[in-house]
Amino acid sequence: MIFIYKKIFRIILFIIIISLYACKSVQEENVTIKFWAMGSEAEQISKILPEFEKKYPNIKVKVQQIPWTAAQEKLITAFASDNTPDICQLGNTWIPQFASLNAIIDLSDFIARSSTVKAENFFSGIWETNIIDNRVFGIPWYVDTRLMFYRKDVFDRAGFKNPPKNWDELYSLCKKIKELNKGKEKYPIFIPTNEWNSFIIFGLQAGAKLLKEKDTRGNFSSKEFKEAFDYLIRFHKEKLTPFGMMQVTNVYQAMAEEYISIYISGPWNIPEFKKWMTGDLADKWATAPMPGYRNEYPGLSLAGGSSLVIFKDSKHKNEVWKLIEFLSEPKIQLKVYRVTNNLPSVIEAWNDSSLANDIYMKAFYQQLQRVTSAPKIPEWEQIVFSKLQQYAEFAARGVMTTEEALKKLDEDADRILEKRRWLTFKQNK
Amino acid sequence: MKANNIKTVIFFLAPALGSIFIFFFIPVIAAFIISFTDFDIYTLGDLSTLRFIGFDNYAKLLNDELFWTALQNTFYFVVVAGPLSIAVSLSAALLLNSKLTKFKSLFRLAYFLPVVTTLVAVAIVWRFIYHPNFGILNFFLGMFGINPIDWLGDPFWAMPSIIILAVWKNFGYNMIIFIAGLQNIPDELYEAADIEGASAFQKFIHITLPMLAPTTIFVSIITMIGYFQLFAEPYVMTQGGPLNKTLSIVQYMYQEGFRWWNMGYSASIAFILFIIIFIGTLLQFRIQKINR
Repeated sequence: MIFIYKKIFRIILFIIIISLYACKSVQEENVTIKFWAMGSEAEQISKILPEFEKKYPNIKVKVQQIPWTAAQEKLITAFASDNTPDICQLGNTWIPQFASLNAIIDLSDFIARSSTVKAENFFSGIWETNIIDNRVFGIPWYVDTRLMFYRKDVFDRAGFKNPPKNWDELYSLCKKIKELNKGKEKYPIFIPTNEWNSFIIFGLQAGAKLLKEKDTRGNFSSKEFKEAFDYLIRFHKEKLTPFGMMQVTNVYQAMAEEYISIYISGPWNIPEFKKWMTGDLADKWATAPMPGYRNEYPGLSLAGGSSLVIFKDSKHKNEVWKLIEFLSEPKIQLKVYRVTNNLPSVIEAWNDSSLANDIYMKAFYQQLQRVTSAPKIPEWEQIVFSKLQQYAEFAARGVMTTEEALKKLDEDADRILEKRRWLTFKQNK
Repeated sequence: MKANNIKTVIFFLAPALGSIFIFFFIPVIAAFIISFTDFDIYTLGDLSTLRFIGFDNYAKLLNDELFWTALQNTFYFVVVAGPLSIAVSLSAALLLNSKLTKFKSLFRLAYFLPVVTTLVAVAIVWRFIYHPNFGILNFFLGMFGINPIDWLGDPFWAMPSIIILAVWKNFGYNMIIFIAGLQNIPDELYEAADIEGASAFQKFIHITLPMLAPTTIFVSIITMIGYFQLFAEPYVMTQGGPLNKTLSIVQYMYQEGFRWWNMGYSASIAFILFIIIFIGTLLQFRIQKINR
């Protein structure tokens, strides 16, 4: 008897298990997407996501915060161990690396079908940073670019009613400010050698082609780049700028104390400047677009910011795309701006009064029409961070002439690009 | 019986040996193989781009100015900071071992505190100490009429600044070992010397130092190995600058490997460093033997 009971019991158990499985497969339509985010947006985005989850009740978004400083390392190790998230924000200079790793996918098909994500909705210079070999790897989430932060009162004293419009004006303005502060340890401008961006921005303004032979060799000794490099190094040689970050521990304080009067940097500084420039100083600072090389104004600047990418190993690409579309809606972009201060990548969002009437934002809006991208190769960051900054410092401190520095820079760039040359050659064969 | 014994031994050692093999020997062998390839970011994406290039990485290193700069800086650091930190540790140990010192455990704790404090926290404080305009160090020097020095920003002073920080941070550890060594010296030796009328200096030279020799060689080898791997101090204080004057080998290796993903090149730097440390250790053993 007992034997039969056991058998019946087993059958019942079997049925229960089967039905549990069946339930589970129904539930599986609920998907969870893993979203890795950095900086303040990682903390703040959770305030906005409930709206998305309400719209698509079957999609849950799990946000993981990653500090910017460890992000790239973490992403690459995640890729090497097949643990990538579904979606991630990537600084747009990182896109070439992850594209060459074959870790992120071409989004062209999604874009073709989409009604909200269209190239013309975004700043064209920014959109362009996401395109490699005619494939679109990322959708701009927020944008940034570099322009001039300056002390209005110092410009007034130097007799400049308007910010400088070209290289010559910028230089003579700095000379003037230096004269006004004769004998004091004060600098008109801050072009640190450990921020490569200024060197590349001025190079691009002068019309330099930074790399040659299909981006497989450095071209920094070109006439155009040399002119820009010489121009910036002259500020160092004539003591118009401190060398680097070591001399200016806190840029905001330095600006408040007039230790420096111009700083070329991005929108992430605005909240900080507001915090440091209080009382009398509150209306003494402003933003202005980059001066141009000769007559074009505003001058070019670099396209920056973060894009959203979908990882190849994601099993929920369609759901992830819905999230990207959601985050690209002008109204959501504005919400993100309000909680994070990150500038919207969608042009329509800029019509909102909170941006259109902001005195510091006007310059950014102007500048964003005039941005371009740095060469889109995975080795770019190594060339500029480890080599350009190094030789800029050598030249600024007078250890090398600018010719020597640029020649060495080209040699190093060629060495770094050796693999790329081999790969390009192999493909052509 | 004996065979049984061996089986038991192997059985009990297996977990330890197994994990050493998996987590130590395999990675070391893999790194050694990688150092003969051009493993980089392209390889990470597509293994077919891997090329075996023999000794090219090592040859490239010999022509790499930055590597030589890093090597030079590291030697500068080891040669200056090593003996200095041993001298400071020994002096501190002697002071703390003296019968005249009061509040011994308080001082011992105070001197040991930097060792256990996180370097990042320490670095923030030292950045203020070294600050050219309102740092306390320049303030003190100013009282003696010395002009302010841009400690971390000046190519000449950056390494000495790192050395001072490293010595201050690390001497407490060696000090504890020296104290243990000092306490093992039998008092009878000193008593005998006292009867013979030896001076304090003579006692130090003829009793303390020889009796401390085994401790000293241990301390100096550990210190040398540790200092050759200089990384955290310049990483948080100067990032290798100014003019690469504080770039160390390990930092260069880290940059090449984990910043730019040139794993092959980075692995070859690691093996050069291994050879250097190995030779250094052998030399110290030799010197010790000759002295005996």
